[in-house]
Amino acid sequence: MKVLVPVKRVLDYNVKVRVKSDQSGVDLANVKMSMNPFDEISVEQAVRMQEAGEATETIVVSIGPDKAQETIRTALAMGIDRGIHVKTDAEVEPLAVAKILKAIVEGESPDLVILGKQAIDDDSNQTGQMLGALLDWPQATFANTMVKDGDSLTVGREVDGGIQTVKVSLPAIVTTDLRLNEPRYASLPNIMKAKRKTIEAKTPEDYDVDITPRLTTVKVAEPAGRTAGVKVADAAELVAKLKDEGVI
Amino acid sequence: MAILVVAEHDNKTLKDATHKTVTAALAMGGDVDILVAGEGAKSVADQAAKIAGVRKVLACDHASLKRQLAEAMQEVIVPLMDNYDAVLAPDTTTGKNFMPRIAAKLDVMQISSITGVESADTFVRPIYAGNAMATVKSSDGKKVVTVRPTAFAAAEEGGNASVETLAGPSGALKSKFVSEELSKSDRPELTAAKIVISGGRGMGSGENFAIIEKVADQLGAAVGASRAAVDAGFVPNDYQVGQTGKVVAPELYIAVGISGAIQHLAGMKDSKIIVAINKDEDAPIFQIADYGWVADLFTAVPELEAELTKAGY
Repeated sequence: MKVLVPVKRVLDYNVKVRVKSDQSGVDLANVKMSMNPFDEISVEQAVRMQEAGEATETIVVSIGPDKAQETIRTALAMGIDRGIHVKTDAEVEPLAVAKILKAIVEGESPDLVILGKQAIDDDSNQTGQMLGALLDWPQATFANTMVKDGDSLTVGREVDGGIQTVKVSLPAIVTTDLRLNEPRYASLPNIMKAKRKTIEAKTPEDYDVDITPRLTTVKVAEPAGRTAGVKVADAAELVAKLKDEGVI
Repeated sequence: MAILVVAEHDNKTLKDATHKTVTAALAMGGDVDILVAGEGAKSVADQAAKIAGVRKVLACDHASLKRQLAEAMQEVIVPLMDNYDAVLAPDTTTGKNFMPRIAAKLDVMQISSITGVESADTFVRPIYAGNAMATVKSSDGKKVVTVRPTAFAAAEEGGNASVETLAGPSGALKSKFVSEELSKSDRPELTAAKIVISGGRGMGSGENFAIIEKVADQLGAAVGASRAAVDAGFVPNDYQVGQTGKVVAPELYIAVGISGAIQHLAGMKDSKIIVAINKDEDAPIFQIADYGWVADLFTAVPELEAELTKAGY
C-alpha cells in the first residue's frame, strides 16, 4: 500500500502571533516556521504503517515557497521515502491545495492519503474533506485510532459527543487529530540520510491547477482584548463577586 | 438570495447551534430554509419549523443519514444547491466533516468558523487560534460557510414554516458507521452551558476531577478540560476546550489548574466572566481572568464548594 502525506509549513506553534500594523495580515518575517503539528502526526502515522509492513511506500508533498523543502526534509528525516515540492510563492487556499493533491494522487495512485485535520495558521479544516470529494473517495476525519483491516480502515473519530468509529474502504482519506500518536524526533543519522532522499520539483502549472484565490482578505485585526481583572483572596470574596456580576 | 441552513441534531432534538446558524443566515439577508437530514427525525423537522424567520424546512429521512456522515450528506446537499445561493452549517464536528465536501463539489472555497457577517459575501473569522481576526470577501458564485455558534445569538422560536419531504440519497456509500461511544452525563452540554468549570494539568489525575464535578453540580455547570488534561488521560477527548477542541462562550468560565496556553484561551476567551484558580501567580491565564485566585486548587476548590453550599447552592 502506498501512502501520500501532504504537509504544510506554518508559523511555529510557540511563536506569538503579531498582526501587522497596516492590518494586511500576520507578520511572518523572520519568525520560526515549522511543520503544522497535525501534519507531524500524519507523517508519524505513515512511517508507523511502513514499519508495521502495512505501507510499502510513503511520499510527502508540500506546496509552498522554497523553504517548504525544509518541511519536506523534516518528514523525510522522520522516515518518509521521498518528497514532492510544488513550488509557489502565492498563498494557496485549501480548495486549490485539494486540486493539486488530486492531480498528484492521479499520478501516484496512493491507496491512502493522511492529512492533518487543520493547519494552525488559517484553521480552515477543509483540505482533506475537499480532496475526498474531488476524488470521490470516502473519508475518516479527526482520527484518534486507525486500524487497517484488509482493504478497509477502521477509524475512531474524535467527535463532539465522544468517539465515533467508522469503517472506510480503500482508497480513502484520513485526517488526523491530536491523540492518534506522538510524533518522533528525527535522529541525527536519519537527518543525514534524509539529505540523500529525492525531492521532485513541481509547480501548480505542472498540474494545470489555477490557484487564483477565491477569497480576498479585507483586513486582519487584533482580536478584542481582555485585560487582567482583580485578584480575590478567598472563596467568600469570589462568590460575592460572582453574585454581584449576576453569573451565579 | 436563498440560503440553506443544515440543521444539527441527533434525530430527536434540534440543537441550539442550528438556531445560532439561522441568525447568521438571516444577517446575510434573503430567504432562509432549513435542511433536516437524518433518520426518523420528523420531530426535528417540526422543531426547525418553529424557528422564527424560516421560510420552509426540507426533511430528508433516510437510513444512510442517521449519523450524518459526510459522503451521505454530500449526496443530499449538492443537488439542492441548484436552488440556493449559500449553504451554512454550524462548525461542530458534524458540520466540519461534511461541509468542505459540498464546497469542493460546487467548486467553492469554504469560509470556516465565521464569527461575524459583514454582508452577504463578507465574513469575519478567527485565524491563528483566534490570535487574529480576518475579514474575508468571497468571489464565488455560491457561498459555503460554517458558523461558530458561540458568536451568534440563537434565533427566536415562534415561526410556522412548512415542512417539505425530500427523497434520500441513492447508491452505495464507501464509508459506514461502526459504533459510537458517547460520554454520558447529566450535566449540560459543554457548548450550550451557561457555566463551565474546567480542569487542567494541575488536577493531577482523573479522580481529582471529582472536586470540580461537585462544584459543577452545585452550579448546574458543564465540566471541561484543557488539552493537557485530556492528553494526560484524565478525562475523555470530548471535554477538551480549545483551538482544536470545543469553543465555548458561557456566562461564567472557571479555569482550575489551567496555566492558559494560547491553544486553550482560543476556546474560552469569549466567555463573559472568567475566573482562574491557580497556584502559580505568573500563569498566563491570570492575564485574561476577571477574577484570579492564587491558591492551591486542592484547598481552593473544596473551599469554593463549601462557600457555595453556605450561600444555598
